[in-house]
Amino acid sequence: MLQSSIGRKLVMATTGMCLVGFVIVHLLGNSSIFIGADGINAYAEHLHALGPIVWIFRIILLSLFGLHIFFGIQLTLENRAARPIDYNQKKNIRTSFGAETMIYTGLAILAFAVYHLFHFTMHVTNPEISASVLPLDALGRSDVFTMMVLSFQKFFISAVYAGAMVTLLLHLSHGVQSLFQTFGVLNGNTLPIMEKIARAAAIVIFVGFVSIPVSILLGLINI
Amino acid sequence: MDLTLYVWRQDGPDAKGKLEQYEAKNVSPDSSFLEMMDMVNEDLINEGIDPVELDNDCREGICGTCGCVINGIPHGPQEETTTCQLHMRKFSDGDSLTIEPWRAAAFPVVKDLVVDRSALDNIIQSGGYTSAYTGELIGEANNTLISKPIADYSMDAAACIGCGACVAACPNGSAMLFTSAKVAQLAVLPQGAIEAAERVNNMTEAMLNAGFGNCTNHYECEAACPQGISVKFIAKTNREFIKALA
Amino acid sequence: MILDGKCPTGPIENSWDKYRFEMKLVNPSNKRKYKVLMVGTGLAGGAGAATMGELGYNVEAFCYQDSARRAHSIAAQGGINAAKNYHNDGDSVRRLFYDTIKGGDFRAREADVWRLSQVSNNIIDQCVAQGVPFAREYSGLLANRSFGGAQVSRTFYARGQTGQQLLLGAYQALSRQVKAGTVKLHPRTEMLDVVVVDGVAKGITVRNLATGEIESHWGDAVVLATGGYVNVFYLSTNAMGCSVTAAWKACEKGAYMANPCYTQIHPTCIPQHGDQQSKLTLMSESLRNDGRCWVPKKAEDCEKPISEIPEENRDYYLERKYPSFGNLAPRDIASRAAKEQCDDGRGVGPGKRGVYLDYQTAIDRVGQPVIQERYGNLFDMYEKITDENAYKQPMRIYPAPHYAMGGLWVDYNCMSNIPGMFVLGEANFSVHGANRLGASALMQGLSDGYFVIPYTIGNYLAGVKPGEVTDEHAEFKKSREEVTARIDKLVNIKGNRSVASFHRALGKIMWENVGMARSKDSLTEALQEIPKLRDEFWQNVNVTGGKVGRNGQLEDAGRVADFFEFAQVLATDALHREESCGGHFRVEHQTDDGEATRNDENFCYVAAWEYKGVGKAPELHKEPLKFENIKLAVRSYK
Repeated sequence: MLQSSIGRKLVMATTGMCLVGFVIVHLLGNSSIFIGADGINAYAEHLHALGPIVWIFRIILLSLFGLHIFFGIQLTLENRAARPIDYNQKKNIRTSFGAETMIYTGLAILAFAVYHLFHFTMHVTNPEISASVLPLDALGRSDVFTMMVLSFQKFFISAVYAGAMVTLLLHLSHGVQSLFQTFGVLNGNTLPIMEKIARAAAIVIFVGFVSIPVSILLGLINI
Repeated sequence: MDLTLYVWRQDGPDAKGKLEQYEAKNVSPDSSFLEMMDMVNEDLINEGIDPVELDNDCREGICGTCGCVINGIPHGPQEETTTCQLHMRKFSDGDSLTIEPWRAAAFPVVKDLVVDRSALDNIIQSGGYTSAYTGELIGEANNTLISKPIADYSMDAAACIGCGACVAACPNGSAMLFTSAKVAQLAVLPQGAIEAAERVNNMTEAMLNAGFGNCTNHYECEAACPQGISVKFIAKTNREFIKALA
Repeated sequence: MILDGKCPTGPIENSWDKYRFEMKLVNPSNKRKYKVLMVGTGLAGGAGAATMGELGYNVEAFCYQDSARRAHSIAAQGGINAAKNYHNDGDSVRRLFYDTIKGGDFRAREADVWRLSQVSNNIIDQCVAQGVPFAREYSGLLANRSFGGAQVSRTFYARGQTGQQLLLGAYQALSRQVKAGTVKLHPRTEMLDVVVVDGVAKGITVRNLATGEIESHWGDAVVLATGGYVNVFYLSTNAMGCSVTAAWKACEKGAYMANPCYTQIHPTCIPQHGDQQSKLTLMSESLRNDGRCWVPKKAEDCEKPISEIPEENRDYYLERKYPSFGNLAPRDIASRAAKEQCDDGRGVGPGKRGVYLDYQTAIDRVGQPVIQERYGNLFDMYEKITDENAYKQPMRIYPAPHYAMGGLWVDYNCMSNIPGMFVLGEANFSVHGANRLGASALMQGLSDGYFVIPYTIGNYLAGVKPGEVTDEHAEFKKSREEVTARIDKLVNIKGNRSVASFHRALGKIMWENVGMARSKDSLTEALQEIPKLRDEFWQNVNVTGGKVGRNGQLEDAGRVADFFEFAQVLATDALHREESCGGHFRVEHQTDDGEATRNDENFCYVAAWEYKGVGKAPELHKEPLKFENIKLAVRSYK
């Protein structure tokens, strides 16, 4: 199955679907910032309290990412090899910008994820405003809220995050409808509807994530 | 009408090719694209230049022999139309046309616009059939009832003419639409359902082995298909593959 | 010489069963030792090669197309006949037999036609088992439609793509045998000679159309399923690559060409648009089920828009002339009637060479959606070619050369007069007589391929030692040398005129003098003009490119050269046949109201012509036709 064309597509779709699920949960968790320091700090505290489960979850997530990236690159290389000499002129009619740039947006998201981990999880990139140097909050919890607000008040960081969310938007605008096609649940009538729903979902996720740095930059969320 | 053509010329499979410029003069708008090429070729012959080689046969849009990429679109700008059925009234006086062969690793160029599509035959040979033997007592046709919607669905898939435009259009050079049209046509019929699992595995494997790319759901194939074969058959094929896993 | 068709005797109902039982069989374990060469992979060739492969013979199949799926059988739209009598409308094997003999104007062999009618039902079963998606009723049963020349509904169809679906069925069966290793395919390969050793066909010489190489292949039997020759008219409904070449090469080796003058001119084709036209497009005859043919009654109305021609000024000439069959009159009759109207100055469209095929009555009766469901793809095709919407205005149609009833002479076994060489499908002459009914070509191709050749070839091979002659034999080398010499000759002429221009010129001579209506004068003229053009060809043709690699000009040049020789045999046959029958209409032989007059007393025979060399008159051999089950009668559709 892992050598076949459709088999690997199914791996892409399955891992992609799980990753989308993760992204949605992540977004819901992040949204607790709108409740204020209390919301997101409590959320972070709960996550840390899970202990080894977090690590199991992280390993699963890492393998999903690994599979998705490995097969994504492998399939892309195969697909490039399938047309060694390119057209002088080629017009695409049906496909979308998102579909054509999957490998680039995918790699960009990978790069962003690494940065994101360095930034918020490992506190490497901006240690001066990381939760590990900030004082604990009133309830003695790690002050994730302040870390986020101070980070996103820096325009550069917000811009990187917003840019990354644009690539995620592009990636999902093709990826979500594509996984339904791959699972074979679409037919001639549902495909166009699904394409629209998938784009809408990608936009909702995009707006959800981007609303956080935007709100902070605009001063709607403040310390 | 007069047109300027940029036509891919390549002497043989291993030769290097390039675009050459030719003029097509006094073309009747009622002529087909291939009739326009006939005229250009006749002029080339009279000038002592070898005519442009391009495959074509029935000129009725059904045999699947003809096909070239015209201004970046397989079979040219008219939807659901083969190169031979494309008429010059779809172009305007003074237009420039870039004419290239199908480009895919699995379709090596034979000469000029002619490519070798035997890879598509290999896919069918790997399992695109029912294993019915020929015989008189094979069973009365009407003993197997097939509902009209199923028969129509099967016919929609079976309409594929095997021209290869789907491969030419696919950004990945994949033959998934071609393959899945046959998988889907047979999978829904009681006669073909028996071997459905083996068929989908063998045919998709043969597709990959022939050097075609993988489907990533661009749907360019459907847009280029002269028979309007739907990508819903690709979804159906994916479904058949999942069923075959079980 | 009087030819013997080797037809079985006795009651016709059991003739095929009895004959089959009496045939010799080849032991299953010996079959793989026999090599059979199949030339052509259309319905007959594809089906034949697949079935022989299935039986265990070692088959090699050749086609000039780039794939075995592309033969011109694929273009047949309308359907395939079978005597299933699903509709309880009085059909039977005997009625199909009767209709086919009568439709062929009593110029076919009874035994062959009976066999065809009998196996017609097996064909449908076979194709359904292969997964051919025939049209279905809501009940799940197979659907039928009616077709020209029959008063029962016996035509099975797959939308407007019946030929395509049947051919793909055969191609898939063939592909299965390729996987099983019993069949080897040679696409892009054109047969250029039959190798005959001691009077027996033992192989072929071919040109690889991609590389230009000349190769020989040996076989214990050679089967030609290479289609018809109506591209001799240049503009026809055939594919560009259809030619007489394979059949003609057989003639040059002594095979007889039977009834070449029986050419079918199909009534429902899209009229010519102008001088740049390269081929004509047929639209299924099934269109005549609901369409009504008419022309204006007055010549001065021809240029007017339809809306300005009131009903009473329209001449529905088929309904007027043939009240009982009306618009469903057989092809030859419908074609001639269209020509008559146009000759009378009442044609419509460019050059006034066209008649209207009007759907308004049917649309009013059943509504546009139903018409769309039945003929949608044909209407689309018409619009693509003409830029006219046939739902809004009538189609314009005109007859065009379509099918060759004539072909290589074969006996009941489908074997030609050269032992070891079999001929199937349109390439032979056997069942359609002087005119073929609609939806019968697919039936014949598949009948010959699936159900006839697998038996009769066994009967022949049982008496042959396998592999007795291989391509080591001196005749093969000689054949390759001859083929190479001819190609050298063609590429070295380096004249000033293109191959296509010669083909167009030949087509013009043939269409004007040997077309829908022929006379002694026109045929005599053709026989003077063709050799002149042929001589110019061999001095002045310009075949560009070399003999190595792909060269379409060279391919065409060889085919046109063969058409020249063949055209003379066709015209000779037409001149000798002093009667009008089916697709052969001699203006000297007609009734006062323009109907064909047969001459059963003097011409109730198959005319098989032996080629005697360039510039020499071919020699006539006859096979008398006996009608024991159907009384010879005047063919009337009134």
